[in-house]
Amino acid sequence: MPRFERALVIGASSGIGRALAELLLKQGASVAMVSRRRAPMEELARDTSRAFVYEADVRNFDGNGEVALLFQRITHDLGGLDLIIYAAGILPAIDEHEYNFEKDRATLETNLLGAVAWLNEAATRFEQVHGGTIVGISSVAGERGRRGSPAYGASKAGFSSYLESLRNRLSRYGVRVVTIKPGFIDTEMTRGKPGLFWLISAQDAATYILRAAERGTGTAYIPARWRLVTGLLKMIPSFIFRHLPV
Amino acid sequence: MLPVERLERLKGWGGAVDATAYVYRPSTVEQLREAISTARETGHTITFRGAGRSYGDASLGRENIVIDFTRMNRILAWDPKSGIITCEPGVTIKQLWEYTIEDGWWPPVVPGTMFPTLGGVLAMNIHGKNNFNAGTIGEHVCAFEFLAASGAEFHVGRETDADLFHSIVGSFGMLGCFTSITLKLKKVYSGDLDVKVFVAKNLHKLFEIFYRELPHSDYLVGWIDGFARGSGLGRAVIHRANYLGPGVDPTPAKTLRVPHQNLPETIAGIVPKSMVWLFLRPFTNRLGMAVVNTAKYWSAVIGPRKQFRQAHAAFAFLLDYVPDWKKSYGSGGLVQYQSFIPQEHAEETFRQQLELCQKEDLVPLLAVFKRHRQDSFLMTHAVDGFSLALDFKVTEENRSKLWALTERLNALVLSAGGRFYMAKDATLTREAFRSFIGEKALHTFLELKRRFDPQGLFETELSRRLL
Repeated sequence: MPRFERALVIGASSGIGRALAELLLKQGASVAMVSRRRAPMEELARDTSRAFVYEADVRNFDGNGEVALLFQRITHDLGGLDLIIYAAGILPAIDEHEYNFEKDRATLETNLLGAVAWLNEAATRFEQVHGGTIVGISSVAGERGRRGSPAYGASKAGFSSYLESLRNRLSRYGVRVVTIKPGFIDTEMTRGKPGLFWLISAQDAATYILRAAERGTGTAYIPARWRLVTGLLKMIPSFIFRHLPV
Repeated sequence: MLPVERLERLKGWGGAVDATAYVYRPSTVEQLREAISTARETGHTITFRGAGRSYGDASLGRENIVIDFTRMNRILAWDPKSGIITCEPGVTIKQLWEYTIEDGWWPPVVPGTMFPTLGGVLAMNIHGKNNFNAGTIGEHVCAFEFLAASGAEFHVGRETDADLFHSIVGSFGMLGCFTSITLKLKKVYSGDLDVKVFVAKNLHKLFEIFYRELPHSDYLVGWIDGFARGSGLGRAVIHRANYLGPGVDPTPAKTLRVPHQNLPETIAGIVPKSMVWLFLRPFTNRLGMAVVNTAKYWSAVIGPRKQFRQAHAAFAFLLDYVPDWKKSYGSGGLVQYQSFIPQEHAEETFRQQLELCQKEDLVPLLAVFKRHRQDSFLMTHAVDGFSLALDFKVTEENRSKLWALTERLNALVLSAGGRFYMAKDATLTREAFRSFIGEKALHTFLELKRRFDPQGLFETELSRRLL
């Protein structure tokens, strides 16, 4: 029997989310996948009856309880829920002098507000039934305010803080909340970007992430060496950090 | 959309299966109808649940609506002259006997625990240690009110609607639910029973003693040491209990009072009952239970108490002596595998079952042996024969091996013409179910299902597994 029998992956059509859905299916779990793009999810679901596909945009959180309704439908279809992973995220390309509100709003809505909308549903449920695991794919980019991507960094900093709050709220109910801070992962989102190093595949990242979820680790850096790097980065005074090419 | 506030994680009583569900607890028939309407409007199914004392998944409905009857627990009418009582389905066996014993009446059939509800015991058509004499609980029910999926309520009498009566009783909540139940209790002249203890040195002797004692017994039950091998395979301690006739008890006014029936608050006069499961925990493993079983057997062999008087509750509700005893099995819980075998094949089949368990190194930590008689209920588990109930501890490591073992045990049961019991089941396969129920009974049952629940609103995890 898999450690997580029923899992929901939001942002499952590509990158880390897709690799996680694939790995969970391989481990024998029933997996619900949510994304704007149906075709890649259907490809994963083709050879199994344990995969469920839902086409939805995580930025649609304003309507009449649409997220709540879909969330209940998903838990009904899955027959319960043991694990939810919020892996949806965008990193729009912006140049150093660009201040584009539409891009920033899309970033914050996808990376943070969508996460809050979906994970609030999971938190309510898990608190009620005293159990479950929440995993949020945040980023080391949220550790410091970098020049390159203000809104992305802010969205990930906000997401990490939100996840920590959830952890502090829910641990007393036996609910585990895991913050994942990946370094550079070879995905569509990062491909072609300059200055990447220590790149690992999405499949390797998924393996590390599920291990952290099973252990119920509070915050996991993927791979672990990023903990040291970000620890050092955090120690750099602001007046020096602003001159660094990061 | 269903309110998340109603979401609860429910377990089968054995703790080996669980499911989250939206739980509604109506206190009136009107509220019950509303819950059914809610299910229909939101596209959910309904599972009926009494006290949740079925060992497996019979009262679980994953991510759907579970209607819990524990608030519909009023006694509606009682006639202490005739012993006929009418109750709502959430009335428990405990409520029932506590209400009637001072008038000299006792439930004619009780399970090993007093906490199931009447609706639950009738849905499963439970039996007790007196099945060979008294039959199942359904045989003592005069009539019931029954609610179908349409919201219509029917009065069903045992005599007036015999076919329907014998089809609905024991239909494990698939056709509808009871809204009131009228049954006739057993007249008793004392709050005590005469109990006698016998020891059988092996399985063959156990059968011999049962056949010898059955004509003189009101209740007869055997506890088997599942660890004993070779010539001692199936060694057992047997308890026989008989009602006291009029005038035998010198103080019936005293023994027929509730305080006389209450189970002791401490074990061995020291350990509070509520803590005993903690002390049991180190023993619920292979070595520990081998020691416990051996000690239990030999204490019966050499112990001085071979004949004594015991209160009804103390004899009947052995499972309630240690509250939460199942917790001692750990987080994986337990499954109870109970099979019913016609008498001509019973000894050989049970011998093979015990040997197979030992060979697979999955020895039941507790094994209970009973005598049964046939009945005329459509979905009956009863046979003219014997049953053996085997308790297995479930762990993450042994789970798949244990389920595989039950399939092999099923093969033995089916080849002997045996049957299974929905109140206990957690492992039966669809094929095994169809095989023991038979195509004819199943066809009749499914016809009734279409009549009373045409949209398939009533489902359980058990029915999804078996139907």
